[in-house]
Amino acid sequence: MEFINKNLPYILAGISLGGQYALISIGYTMVYGILRLINFAHGDIFMFAGFAMVYLAASTPLYVSIPLVIIITVILGFLIERIAYKPLRSAPRMSVMISAIGVSYLLQNLAWYFTSGLAKQYPKIPWISGSITIGSATTPIVTIITPILTVLLVIILVMLIKYTKIGMAMRAVSKDFETSQIMGININSVISFTFIIGSFLAAISSILYFTSYSTVTPVAGAMPGLRAFVAAVFGGIGSIPGAVVGGLIIGMCENITKGLGWTTFSDAFTFALLIIILVAKPTGLFGEKTTEKV
Amino acid sequence: MLKITDLKVNYGGIEAVKGISFEVPEKSIVTLIGANGAGKSTTLRTICGLVKPAGGKVEFMGEDITGKDPTSIVSRGITLVPEGRKIFPNLTVLENLKIGAYLRNDDISEDLKWVYDLFPRLKEREWQLGGTLSGGEQQMLAVGRALMSRPKLMMMDEPSLGLAPLIVSNIFEIIKEVNRLGVTILLIEQNANMALQTADIGYVMETGRITLSGSGQDLMNNPDVKAAYLGT
Ligand SMILES: Nc1ncnc2c1ncn2[C@@H]1O[C@H](COP(=O)(O)OP(=O)(O)OP(=O)(O)O)[C@@H](O)[C@H]1O
Ligand SMILES: [Mg+2]
Repeated sequence: MEFINKNLPYILAGISLGGQYALISIGYTMVYGILRLINFAHGDIFMFAGFAMVYLAASTPLYVSIPLVIIITVILGFLIERIAYKPLRSAPRMSVMISAIGVSYLLQNLAWYFTSGLAKQYPKIPWISGSITIGSATTPIVTIITPILTVLLVIILVMLIKYTKIGMAMRAVSKDFETSQIMGININSVISFTFIIGSFLAAISSILYFTSYSTVTPVAGAMPGLRAFVAAVFGGIGSIPGAVVGGLIIGMCENITKGLGWTTFSDAFTFALLIIILVAKPTGLFGEKTTEKV
Repeated sequence: MLKITDLKVNYGGIEAVKGISFEVPEKSIVTLIGANGAGKSTTLRTICGLVKPAGGKVEFMGEDITGKDPTSIVSRGITLVPEGRKIFPNLTVLENLKIGAYLRNDDISEDLKWVYDLFPRLKEREWQLGGTLSGGEQQMLAVGRALMSRPKLMMMDEPSLGLAPLIVSNIFEIIKEVNRLGVTILLIEQNANMALQTADIGYVMETGRITLSGSGQDLMNNPDVKAAYLGT
């Protein structure tokens, strides 16, 4: 009990951070599922959403800036796909991957250019920045809201994929472009839709994440992006439940190692765990049996 | 209904189809037979827009559809039962049928019932994943899926491939029945015997060219066809 009480804040923070990683991770896993592409720019889209909030909140009230941040992040994700990936649809997968890396650096450099590389203070969002006390632990409200919101969004997403026409089309396109086209599915629309969902979740995640971390920098998307990508691989890339479970595990690991006083080793520990899981189960926790070479 | 004029298709530098012309009259069954690599699948894939032709013309119901994208071609009432079935393994049987009707916004329950009447096996396996069906069942599903779009023209690429003789004759019965209901059929077959018996018109394709044409019966009696494709 003593142990739980002492570590409760870390566990709560771990679940919350895990939820934030999970939301980013879904974007990686869905894009991979449909295009077999690791969207290296995804973490930078997340960073972009952070800066968008910094600038928008400075000039508009939050009830305007929050929806606006989400909308422009979605538009950014959509445009990146149309400009940098769609023209390469029939190119070798490696070319698309390089294009993704290019977009990632482009976004980071643009952020450096516009912010001079300085960390910007993230605005306080009254409903989620405050603190609340649970048992003996006082914790920011965001740590409670994140898991609830994550679960809600994941349920909606899973239902969308399972029960709607566009969801069925997404599953079809993820298996076979050509036959999907014969069915009359416009694969470009389906792919765009996938990027829109991924960017939407990244925008939500960025609001929750930067509220907890209080500043945004041009490289602020790199580590969360990498960890969320690891979470996707961990859970079995292509699988949405896998991304969520992977995100939670990575978030928990990070915070528990910090709770134990091993902050310096938290990443080393996380990646060691990843290696162990992948050695034991190369396709990740929920991965499909058929492996594909990237 | 479908008119192909001097169609040419290249893959990279290779000429797969070297200027073919043929016609598929409304409500007929037309078959295209030929050896492996003759360019039959390429022809069908070009008609439905998956491959862009290097030259020539494809007209459907008087309209030029050459080089249009598949969605726009399919929405005009052309469907393809692809070579190797290509059902969606991660979708259930019912979902595979529903996705066949993807472009339709009207009620599909009548058509579902019809397809299930044609293939009772599919009804029994409604909730099974497509990938777990046997080869024959997958072929039935591929045909059923194509019918769900209520096609005017159904193109079929080797529907009898790898099936037991009984299922093959079953599939051919269904082709005839569907045709009686007013669907025009363009059929590619290795099983030349069955195909020519069923078809009103046949074409023989060799290395990217059409070398012979005639009624199904005429071709069956043609000595060259007999020697090369019927093995008699
Ligand atoms: N995607 C492709 N890229 C390059 N060449 C191709 C491609 N698809 C087909 N070909 C070539 O085009 C030619 C015609 O192929 P096609 O699939 O149309 O033949 P087919 O008549 O359907 O043969 P089969 O009876 O074996 O199915 C072949 O020589 C084949 O190797
Ligand atoms: Mg073929």
